[in-house]
Parts: sequence; structure tokens; C-alpha cells
Amino acid sequence: MREIIDDIDRWRAAGKSVAVARVVKIEGSGPRDPGAAMAVNQDGEVAGSVSGGCVEGAVVSEALAIIADGGPGRMVSFGYSDDEAFAVGLTCGGTIRLFIEPLEW
Amino acid sequence: MSLYERFRDLVKREVPVALATVIEGPGVGAKLMVSRENETEVVEGSLGHPELDRVVARDTAGELEAGRTGVRHYGPEGQATPEDLIDTPTVSVFIESFSPPPQMWIFGAVDFTAALGRVAKVLGYRVTVCDAREIFATKRRFPMADEVVVSWPSPMFENRGHTLGPRDAVCILTHDPKFDVPAVQGALASKVGYIGVMGSRKTHAKRLERLAEVGVNDPTDMARLMSPIGLDLGGRTPEETAVAICAEIIARRTGHSATSLRDTSGSIHS
Repeated sequence: MREIIDDIDRWRAAGKSVAVARVVKIEGSGPRDPGAAMAVNQDGEVAGSVSGGCVEGAVVSEALAIIADGGPGRMVSFGYSDDEAFAVGLTCGGTIRLFIEPLEW
Repeated sequence: MSLYERFRDLVKREVPVALATVIEGPGVGAKLMVSRENETEVVEGSLGHPELDRVVARDTAGELEAGRTGVRHYGPEGQATPEDLIDTPTVSVFIESFSPPPQMWIFGAVDFTAALGRVAKVLGYRVTVCDAREIFATKRRFPMADEVVVSWPSPMFENRGHTLGPRDAVCILTHDPKFDVPAVQGALASKVGYIGVMGSRKTHAKRLERLAEVGVNDPTDMARLMSPIGLDLGGRTPEETAVAICAEIIARRTGHSATSLRDTSGSIHS
């Protein structure tokens, strides 16, 4: 998260709503370790990454939905064990568990 | 000031901090933060129950100390074995440690130093360039360095060697015995994880003689020296050499063989 703080600050200073996605667990083979983080603002601008590019698009959609809902954070999983596997699977075959939340703390 | 703003300031000031977030169960999104500054531990925020806060603060402090990140499970009132609780929701807490970045000290203000500094920055190191020659050791020549220090190696290690640990690296690129020898001595006296010393095999052999002359010849110590420095990638330029050095640092840290994955078997990310 360290590397995305400057972007988050810039967005917050401009009055934008921000959601942050963090990898909390990897099962099997995964490209990024727990703690890898990505921030998304209300305009869909992105900082950081949570995988090798496999799931970022889906994470942006989830993050924008969370910003729009105004609700609390939620867990999101991607991987071969998911129904969505063919849509947004990890190419390396692992499962990635993310926590996505609004930056309101 | 919000908890996020406190967190951001601590991270920017490179103060060790760990953040605990409820990711599943009652109170999703609630946070507790533990930081350690000047030997003092500070706990801020709450997960919604005093006993849960106490137990999670204790575990978070432990994870911070070890530099670990991961998920832990509790009962809603901090019970450490939630699997024993029947019909009670479990609280899953993601504990993330933010340790200050690892350090790389580069001795010798030469062309290779600038290239190595750039690659080290890409890898997230806090880079310090050190040379005793004032006209070479300038911030203008090494804009990528977090710090450029004009000093002989011995005082540098005497004053700050205790800040070096297993994640850190010392790269000695001077090729000059009057600088190399005290730098190697200083590095060996520290707990630094990687010590690389530049020079040909011939230079290395001569350096070992000079080190022996000053009583540095303990086999365990000598085994810590990576010299000639870097993996055998066959590169020539300062940039290629920098990649070979950084690749060696990674391989030494992970204990992996540094051969092509095509020619090995087993899990890649372990």
C-alpha cells in the first residue's frame, strides 16, 4: 500500500472517493503476495496492482460498485475454483482472495 | 486526523506499523493499528469489543515484530479458538505489517554505483551511497540515492552498522584496498544479509590476503562474502552488472538456485 499512498492523497485532495483492494490470501500459485494493493477512484483511475494483470479489470468494477453503494468492504475471490474462472481466472492457476473497501477510515 | 491519515504519516516517516482490518464477520472494515516508535508501542482504533481489541493488538504487535502479513480468526469477544464456539460468528482479521524499506549501502562513487542505485530503487531499497572523496560523492551524480554520505567506511559502520539486518545489502564497488578492507570489516561486524564485493577473481584473491593481514580470515565470515559480485549472466555494462547483482541478492534471500525455471521443476512461488 506504501507505493499507492501518493496517488490516494492526490485523489483525496481533489475530493474524489477512493476504494482500496488488498490481497489477503493466495491459495496455490499466485503472482502477488498478501498485502499487494490497488486503489481505484470514482472516475475509474487506478494505482498499484494486485495480480499480474489477470484480475485488475474485475477488481476495478467491484471497487466502483463499492464506491457507488457506499457500503462497507467485502471479500472477493478469483481463481479456477470460481464460476467466473473463465472470465477472470488467474493464468497461473491459483486462487486470490481480496478485501475491497471504501477509503473512509 | 483520521486513522488513515495517521497511518499514512507513519508509513511516510518509515515508522514500523501494522494494520488489522476485520474482513469477515461482525464489524467488517473496523481497524486497529499498532505502531512502534522510539521503543514505544502505540495502539489506535478499535474492532468493536475491548477483549477482541486486546487480543488482536497483542497478535498484531507480534506480526509487526516478525514483519509478517496474514489472516487470523477470532471469536467476536477475542476468543483465540473460534472453532470451539458453536453458533457464534467468527471474526476474520487481516493483519498487514509495514516495515521500513530494506537498505542498500553502496560503497564507491563509480559508474556502476549509479546503475546499481537505479535498479535497487526499482526493487524498493532505501539506497545510501558512501565514498570518502567529496568531489565524487555528490547528490548531483547520484540523484536516485536516498542519501549520499561523504565518509570512510569505518565511521559509517561504527555509527550506523547496527541498523543493518538480514533484509539489507552492502555492495562494495570501490576496488581500492584502502577502502575495500575497512568496508568488508565493517560489513562483517554487522548483521547485514548480503555482502557483495566487486572485483575480478585475481582482485578478490589479493583482497583476501589483505583481509588476512588485518586478522579477518574466519571461514564463517569469509563465506558471507559474495565476490566476485553477482550472478554469471555474462553482461558487461553497468546496468547489466546491476541486474546481475540484484538478481544474486534476491536468490540469496530466497535460497533459490537462480537457474531458468524451464530447467527446474516444482512450485514457482514458494
